[in-house]
Amino acid sequence: MAFGRHIQRVPFKIYMICLFIFLLFVPPLVGNYWTQVLGDIGIYIMLGIGLNVVVGFAGLLDLGYVAFFAIGAYSYALCASPQFDIHIPFWVMLPVCVLLAAIGGALLGLPVLRMRGDYLAIVTLGFGEIIRIVLNNLDPITNGPRGLLRIDPPTIGSFVINTPFRWYYLILAGIVISAFIAERLNNSRIGRAWIAMREDQDAAALMGIDILKYKLLAFTIGASFAGIGGAIFAARQGSIFPENFSLMVSINVLCLIIIGGMGSISGVIIGAIVLIGLPEVLREVQQYRMLAFGALLVIMMIFRPMGFIPSRRRKLELTE
Amino acid sequence: MSYFTPEILIDQFINGLTIGGIYALIALGYTLVYGILFMINFAHGEIFMFGAFGGFWTITYLLNIGFAKRHIIITLILAFLVAMVISSTLGALLERIAYRPLRKAPRLTPLISAIGASIFLQNVMMLIVKARMQVYPDLISERYYEIGSFSISNFQIFIISFSIFLMIALYLFIQKSKTGKAMRAVAEDKDAAMLMGINVDRIILITFVIGSTLAAAAGVMVGMYYTQINHMMGFIPGIKAFTAAVLGGIGNVPGAMLGGYFLGLVEAFGVLFMPAEYKDVIAFSLLVLVLIFRPRGILGEVVSERA
Repeated sequence: MAFGRHIQRVPFKIYMICLFIFLLFVPPLVGNYWTQVLGDIGIYIMLGIGLNVVVGFAGLLDLGYVAFFAIGAYSYALCASPQFDIHIPFWVMLPVCVLLAAIGGALLGLPVLRMRGDYLAIVTLGFGEIIRIVLNNLDPITNGPRGLLRIDPPTIGSFVINTPFRWYYLILAGIVISAFIAERLNNSRIGRAWIAMREDQDAAALMGIDILKYKLLAFTIGASFAGIGGAIFAARQGSIFPENFSLMVSINVLCLIIIGGMGSISGVIIGAIVLIGLPEVLREVQQYRMLAFGALLVIMMIFRPMGFIPSRRRKLELTE
Repeated sequence: MSYFTPEILIDQFINGLTIGGIYALIALGYTLVYGILFMINFAHGEIFMFGAFGGFWTITYLLNIGFAKRHIIITLILAFLVAMVISSTLGALLERIAYRPLRKAPRLTPLISAIGASIFLQNVMMLIVKARMQVYPDLISERYYEIGSFSISNFQIFIISFSIFLMIALYLFIQKSKTGKAMRAVAEDKDAAMLMGINVDRIILITFVIGSTLAAAAGVMVGMYYTQINHMMGFIPGIKAFTAAVLGGIGNVPGAMLGGYFLGLVEAFGVLFMPAEYKDVIAFSLLVLVLIFRPRGILGEVVSERA
């Protein structure tokens, strides 16, 4: 038995390592423009991994995920731009952004997590919109629709991360770390509690799982991933505007999870490549992109609700 | 503050009643569907948007062929009818294609399908009208009547009275007609209703059609009242109407009406206290607060426990 398991697991690891080594050499091969696109995809992968914790692992439909992304981005931008002439280094701000996003998650989660799933979806959606409206109108702090400009890029010593190539590696590192954390979470006691809760809340509660605590944990952890994503986004763009944080970001992230396969990290990666990368390839048909997107969601729900690459565990659940 | 003169309060009250009636009409669509299927028809705002465009196309066409100037009332009736036909066809298609196959699926699956449908419909309209603001043709010019110290426009009178008329009609339909009785039976207990010989699929379809018809009426009214429409116009009113439905107690028909007016009035008076940009925040905050403190709404939700 043990031997059989051994054989099954090794190829996957080797496969992942090969993929990683391959990814290290991609930027010189594809050039500046595509490295930039890969960076965009990378940020969405990080958001996807985070939202996957909330939606895929814990089964809480969060339609306002962009709010935490915005918290991360604006926290960094306010503390590292000429807006208030504060210039705190990126590496100091990164944990702060994560913390602030996590606090945001907890503050929203505490009152709303008692609600039924579909109510939760609408309330989080409302929260995402509130954040955007506030960012748009809080002129003295956020500079309103004119946005925050000239945000400091991160530096390592005197090495400034300011080209697509350098960003690519930073984002890649971020993805690897996020994916590792998410994978460990999924296979931990917490992860199993989330799954139990997702499948049958009452049964899980009877088994002694503190539902509210685990929901809150999922919400907070998910939000902190978005905090990292936000800080990286702000530093990479160099300028951010409230319209960067519209409902469409939440929907995009949600869709890439669903298309890729809820609960699986390779699914998130495939989903992000399909959803964010493909439109770059198909520039001419861009206006039909969202149209296809909407139709795809409906079709997926009807014919393949588990996504392209469902998590192994979820596949078992859905096909039993 | 010198702000709160009686005139301003009465003006805001009339504004609140006008917009509240519109919210109530849209909210009824959410509530009717939720009462029967326990799902949030996320694409309902888009059905409302298509209704607004249906009226827009009809009025524009009739103005172009010179019919509208001679028969204003007929044009108006036609605009509403065309809008209602477009919206209810769409609602029926939506139910048939996007929701019916998922009736037995876990709760989040139809919700995601609805989000997909909503995105799809927005983009269909964007491809048709090219992402521009369209200006509703003014069939009737807006006229204000001074009554004592306050004024009310002919549009406001029309919207207030027509939405009340539609709601009374709906209420009577649900309470008195045979189909209405069947709708109530299905909402109460689908299986028992089926055993009593009610065609549940048909009743669900009818529910979608009725909800869409009311949304279409609201769409044409919004078009005439605010004069500008675009393909994204369904989103915010959709969320607000959902808020109204939850406020009144989802699944509860009189509740949705009450919730609509309540939200309209809160918004109208709310802008007296805070900048107008935060108007949308009022509705969302209200939604969050209601769900936290009174999740069953003002009148209590009418949803059978077995979802």
